Order: sequence, then C-alpha cells, then structure tokens
Amino acid sequence: MVIQSLKINRLHVDLAGLKLVNPTMLASGILGLSADSLSNVVSGGAGAVVTKSVGLEPRKGYTNPTIIQASCGLVNSVGLPNPGINEFVKEIREAKILGVPVIVSVYGFSAEEYAVVAKKAVDAGADAVELNISCPHVKKTGSEIGQNPKVLAEVVRKVKASVGKPVFVKLSPNITDIAEIAEVSTNAGADALTVINTVKAMVIDTETAMPMLSNKTGGLSGPAIKPIAVRCVYEIYERVKVPIVGCGGITSWSDVVEFILAGATAIQIGTAIALKGPNVFMTVTRGIDAYLKRKGFESVNEIVGLSHRN
Amino acid sequence: MKLLDYRIATNQLRTARILSIKPESRTVKTFTFKDRQCTKAEPGQFLMLWIPGVDEIPLSILDAGKNSMVSVTVKKVGEATEVLHSREVGETIGIRGPFGNSFTVKTGRILMVSGGTGTAPLLFLAKNLASKTVELVFTIGARTKDELLFMDKLKRILVGKKTQLIATTEDGSYGTKGLATTVLEALLAKEKFDMIYTCGPEQMMRKVFDLAEKYGISLEASLERLMRCAIGLCGSCVIGRYRVCRDGPVFTAEQLKEVEEEFGVSKRDFDGRKIPLEQGLK
Repeated sequence: MVIQSLKINRLHVDLAGLKLVNPTMLASGILGLSADSLSNVVSGGAGAVVTKSVGLEPRKGYTNPTIIQASCGLVNSVGLPNPGINEFVKEIREAKILGVPVIVSVYGFSAEEYAVVAKKAVDAGADAVELNISCPHVKKTGSEIGQNPKVLAEVVRKVKASVGKPVFVKLSPNITDIAEIAEVSTNAGADALTVINTVKAMVIDTETAMPMLSNKTGGLSGPAIKPIAVRCVYEIYERVKVPIVGCGGITSWSDVVEFILAGATAIQIGTAIALKGPNVFMTVTRGIDAYLKRKGFESVNEIVGLSHRN
Repeated sequence: MKLLDYRIATNQLRTARILSIKPESRTVKTFTFKDRQCTKAEPGQFLMLWIPGVDEIPLSILDAGKNSMVSVTVKKVGEATEVLHSREVGETIGIRGPFGNSFTVKTGRILMVSGGTGTAPLLFLAKNLASKTVELVFTIGARTKDELLFMDKLKRILVGKKTQLIATTEDGSYGTKGLATTVLEALLAKEKFDMIYTCGPEQMMRKVFDLAEKYGISLEASLERLMRCAIGLCGSCVIGRYRVCRDGPVFTAEQLKEVEEEFGVSKRDFDGRKIPLEQGLK
C-alpha cells in the first residue's frame, strides 16, 4: 500500500521503539474512529496513525456546530465522541492489519480510568497509547488534568504501570510553562511527548451576537497555531530527553522540517487533510526526502533539533 | 500563500435571513434565502444550516441559482428541524457550503427514483436534465397523497412524450398503491435505461441498487449520514472507507458495492457506534 519511494531508509524513524517508515503520523481526532477510515490515511502515506480519543464509556459529543472555520484554521469542540473502549477494541484489532504502528489516544476522568482504557487498548493490539491530557473542551479530563502536575504525574504513572507499550503524552499549549509539564510527564515515565494539542479559542457571530460553537469555546488548529507549536517543541527539546512528536498546523514539507529542526523526531497532521486530502502524508514525505537529499543528509534523524546548535 | 490556502471559502459560516417559507406538506417546508456561495451548487450537493443556539444540520439543496436564491426542503424529524419549522420570514440562519460532490450529468434514457424529501435533489437534477435527455422517467413514492412532494413542479418539468411521472403511495391514496420500488421492477423488466438516479430512504435506495445490479444499469445514489465538520475531517459520516460529506454524498453503484455490508443496513451514531438504520429515515 505504501509507495516504495516512501520506504527509503533515509526517512525511517525510531519513535520510542516504534518503527516508522516515515516521520508523518495521523493526529488524534481526525478520521480515527474506524479502521476503514484509518486505512485511507495509511494509503495516503502516513507512517503511523493515532486514533480518535477513546474513554471508558461511550460519549455522544456536543451538539453542532462543533467545527468552525477561522481565518487560518479551524476551531473545534466536538466533545470527545467515541463508542467506549469495549466497543472500540474491534476497530483496533482491525486496524492492526494496516501495517503501520497504531497508537490509541486515551482519555479518562481519573487516573484509574486512563489506566483501564490504556490496558484494554494495548490488549487489543495497540502499539502504544497517547494520553489525551490536553483536550480543551471537555470538563474534568483533558487539559484539566494536563494543567495539574500532581494529577498528571499520577495518570502517567498508573498508565505506565498497567501497560507494557510506549506511553505518549499529548501536551496542551494552554499553560504558562509547557516545558515544566513536559518534565512532569517524563519524570512520571512518559516515553514520548506529542506537542501540541489545540489552542483554546472561540468564534462569535456578529449578526446574532452568539458564540458559534454550541460549547462556546473550543480548540484552534491549523496554520494559525504552527509558530506556537514550533516554539513549544523547541522549549521542550532543551529540557527533556524523550522523543517529541510535533503537531500543530503542519501543511507542507517545510513545516515538517521546521518542527524537526526544533527538536521533533516525528510529526502529526490533522487539519491539513481537509484541504489536501489523505495524500498529504505522501506529499510532505516526498518533500522531506528531497530536502534531505539536497542538504546532503543521510537520515532524517540527523536534523532532529539541529536549530539548537548555536 | 499557505495561509490563504487554508481558507476553504465555502466553509466559512455566514448568516442569511429567511426570505420565504413554503409549506410542502404537513411535515415539510421549503426555506429560501440568499447566499452567494451556494448559488454555484450542483444537484446533489448539500449545505450545513445553523439554527443559532440550537443545532447545525446537513440539508440537500433543492434549488440554487437565480439572484443568489437558495432553497432547502426540511422535514420535521427532531428537535432542530422542529425549531427550524417554527422560524419565520426575516429570522436569521447560518450557512456553510455547498459541500460534497454532485450527480454526474447523463443525457440518455434516465430513470429517477425518489422517496420523501429525497425528492428535493432529484427535482433539482430533473430541472437541469429534462430538456437534454432522450427519455426521463421519474418515480416518486410516499406514504400518503399528502406526503408526495413537489408534484406540481414535477408535472411542469416532465412534459412531452419522452417523459413520465409515476407516483406511488403506500395507502393507495394517489397513483399506484405500494412502494416506489414496487413499480420499478416492472419498469426495468420492459424498458432499458442508461442511468438510475436515486435519493430517499436508504432501505428504498438499497432495493433500487439491487434491482439496478440485477438489470445491469448504472446507478448513482445520494446518501445521508450524521455530519459534523462537512469537510472530511471528523469521520462522523463514514461508510466503509468513504466520507459521505467529502467523497459523497453521491455514490456510484461500484462504490456502493464496496460498502454493501453497511449500505441500507447500518449507520454510525453520534458516539461512532454502528447502529441499524431506522426504518423510514427521511
């Protein structure tokens, strides 16, 4: 399924023990509730996929409007709709045949819940879990956990104790010092960090004087947040040793290279799929390869964090 | 450049005032408003209509073009549509779109099979095609005479001996008694068509699809699913590997064959679980 040109060694990445044929991954929340839709993304060239966040119980999410276009991105407050882990294990098992690492995004309303869901995901075949401690629009989970170092550390420790696979932690930019939260996560055992989730935002309609999202506030994604995300990756790279997965507004190969130069080992793409389609993974991967060749690098790993050399 | 790239012009939510409301039956109304983006809509495309403070729902476009006027036909099926039905001329709604693909234009011997509010996009298509087709047969089905939509408009479009309008009602109060698919088998047995277009309850479309397969006729069907983003991101509307909002809503028989296990059988609920299609989905 994956095109040969994308399998060249130059692009291979070891991400906390996961072997990726290229450093592009599907970001959580996008097309990740069924194995069938994930297969489209893998056909599009993704080196790994992250599922939509799954919790213990089914959730219907919020009433529409849940996704609103802003000038340089999208503001969403979908509300973590998911069928619950007991139902979702079927999709995980099915996604295993796709031939790329499958990372299951997990949320919970307590450390125990995170651990239970993570274990069920790994038992069903997840190659890793990504802890959603950064969703900005659901109360008592997501960023409410990610903003509290004590609770966050407990969540990471409990999950680490319950699964034998790599544990990724996806960080929120809606915090004073993201590098501090990164350290809290790695000290508690995180194997990798995904940086960043959406930036808390809102859109108001001027005609009706009403917030457009039914949940009023949501998270901004897309090109608007890319410089924020690059800064976060840069700051975290100076403070922690674990691999960083850059995420936020990536649309082109040069965006990817920028994240890698800032310190990311791999990157995630979500919003760009709306415009460029699932083949965006293949397109940016070709661009990265051309860049590496032009610059004389033998592996993408050689440029990780290169902007820190001065 | 890259930043501009990102603005999907049709996806920007904008507001419009309701300019007219026309009751079509006891449970169906047509709303008309002005919207420049949707003026370019093709038959089969849909828009997202925001009822401020209530909900945002996908609706197929009934008509678009003249003086930026756009119409959608809405059946009262739940909370959001009930509130919309209580709205009056002059009140504000929000619009995103048009989204999705449209019916391909074929001009040979055409058969259209509609049911319920599924008649709306086919009426739009028939209006565009009527003068160009070699033959155009339109079958429309409903439970009762009162629920047969757009009969006057259809009669006006389907004039001349190369066209035919066949109505069916389940209670026999108008036309042939039975389902839209009841007359279909007889029709396909005696006549050859180049293309079938269908829109309506999915179980009906499934039967039409099965018959089209049996008689080896090309088919396009317009599907309906729960929608959120409408731009192919959230995955709420997926059927198999297809996103109804982006890869559809119009699918060919070949595509529908790929998703045979789900087409006319199941859909995904708000929580992403596969659930059986309700009987008589609008």
